[in-house]
Amino acid sequence: MASSTLSEPQRHLEAQIRWRPLEIAFWLATLLPFVLTPNHLALASQIAITALFALSLDLILGYAGIISLGHAAYFGFGSYTAGLIAKWGWGEPLTGLLIAAAAAGALGYVTSFIIARFRHLALIMITLGLGLLLAEAANSAGWLTGGADGLQGVRMWKLLGLFQFDLYGTAAYTYSLVVLFLGFLLARRLINSPFGLALRGIRENAVRMPAIGAPSPAHIRKVYTIAAVMAGIAGALLAQTTETVSLDTLSFQRSADVLVILILGGAGRLYGGIVGAIIYMVARDQFSGINPQYWYFWIGTLLIAVVLFLPNGILGGMARLVRLERRPA
Amino acid sequence: MARGVELALPQGERYALIGPNGAGKTTLINLITGMIKPDQGQIFLGDTDITALRPEARVKCGLVRTFQINTLFPRLSALEAVTLAVCERRGYAGNWWRELPAYGDAVEEAYAILVSLRLAASCYRPTRELAYGQQRLLEIALALATRPRVLLLDEPAAGVPQGESAELFSVISDLSRDITVLFIEHDMNVVFRFARRVIVMAAGRILLEGTPEEIAADARVREVYLGGAHRG
Repeated sequence: MASSTLSEPQRHLEAQIRWRPLEIAFWLATLLPFVLTPNHLALASQIAITALFALSLDLILGYAGIISLGHAAYFGFGSYTAGLIAKWGWGEPLTGLLIAAAAAGALGYVTSFIIARFRHLALIMITLGLGLLLAEAANSAGWLTGGADGLQGVRMWKLLGLFQFDLYGTAAYTYSLVVLFLGFLLARRLINSPFGLALRGIRENAVRMPAIGAPSPAHIRKVYTIAAVMAGIAGALLAQTTETVSLDTLSFQRSADVLVILILGGAGRLYGGIVGAIIYMVARDQFSGINPQYWYFWIGTLLIAVVLFLPNGILGGMARLVRLERRPA
Repeated sequence: MARGVELALPQGERYALIGPNGAGKTTLINLITGMIKPDQGQIFLGDTDITALRPEARVKCGLVRTFQINTLFPRLSALEAVTLAVCERRGYAGNWWRELPAYGDAVEEAYAILVSLRLAASCYRPTRELAYGQQRLLEIALALATRPRVLLLDEPAAGVPQGESAELFSVISDLSRDITVLFIEHDMNVVFRFARRVIVMAAGRILLEGTPEEIAADARVREVYLGGAHRG
């Protein structure tokens, strides 16, 4: 539709969702590691994967207000699916990614029926329970998952038949970054759609939704499934680029980390998870270099500082600064 | 609580529901809209038995309410909130592959509702920044976006200064004649000015129903109000 045919309220809504120069600059900047830190591309790849995982949590937590302490269930499920397919002899990355996405989505769809019935504290307990359940199942099914030793023997074929995943991580970062960007485009489109508006309605006032004829549980099941697909893709990326899968992909620690990352960056802002992932992963890399045992001390300090002084996360704080800057003008 | 209530609302009528505090007025609205399940009895909309339907399904049938206390979407703009309700009705709300401005018909309809309620000027601001009276109007706008056949307004002017409440009620009385309106209101001046039929509730039962003149002349109504030492 040409913008000249849009009515005034449509133009206003369109202006809200237009690509901003800062966004374009941000995505161009994600190419910098190729030039500036070519020795750290493996880390950059892990950051992109974590960012995608945090983005998937943002869809349910930041937009629909569904708090989860067990989001690693879908990450790990995707990870093991992708790892097992490769181990069993099909090492083609893209189809492996799609199969893992479908598997995580199926798990998400089934569990979403439980999720949609609860809110608040009950939801935290249920997601926590689901996560622990899956982690323990993977632990005891050692014949399939390799148990505590991790899944060995994952061999990936070349990406598109051309690029080998290697220690330098060039192919890995390229691959993860492209998938992250596609996932971001999808999430951005989703939150700016009528469905995204309905999700924000649920977050803002779930009780009011039935009174405007909205079936909230159906919306919640849908977004939960989509988020599970995205988390599964992130997990599959990790399995494929590192050619191993450990129990830690399903762990409570991972669920908690991704929640911390999202809150650190700012939930409900689309970029919050990405910024949070960059800060968290770089900080972990640096602090654990200085003092490997105590790096959580610094993460803890950072988290408390952010929640105390920037309740809407780092991005929320920056947005407030920009508004204060503009007000006097 | 509400007991032994039998009530028929003809299409297009303007009803006021009055009664002292605790008479069961809001309970009655909760029962009709499905927010509470009745222990017994049936509710019909037209010829359809809707007793078993969930609240959102009743809204889809055209039975819509507003709330005594503002229950809005604080961080959505007025335009977004009404567009959301329109999208739900038109079946767009599950669509996630096209962005909102592409649904021009829904946005236009939402905007037209806001214009008709004189909210257009501030419709791009977040709901929480709107004046209280505007938020009351937005409650009604949200209800209208669902295309109601029956509209139940629970104290639409609650908390609004007296001068402005007449303006609010003139908006209500200008609503389409296809819509049956029932409103709960304590201010008798407003009731007698805008309602064509009045229902009086007391202690969970319907005491009587009639034209404003009949109600004003009825001794039992006076007793309920004065005997209960209630304002009005």
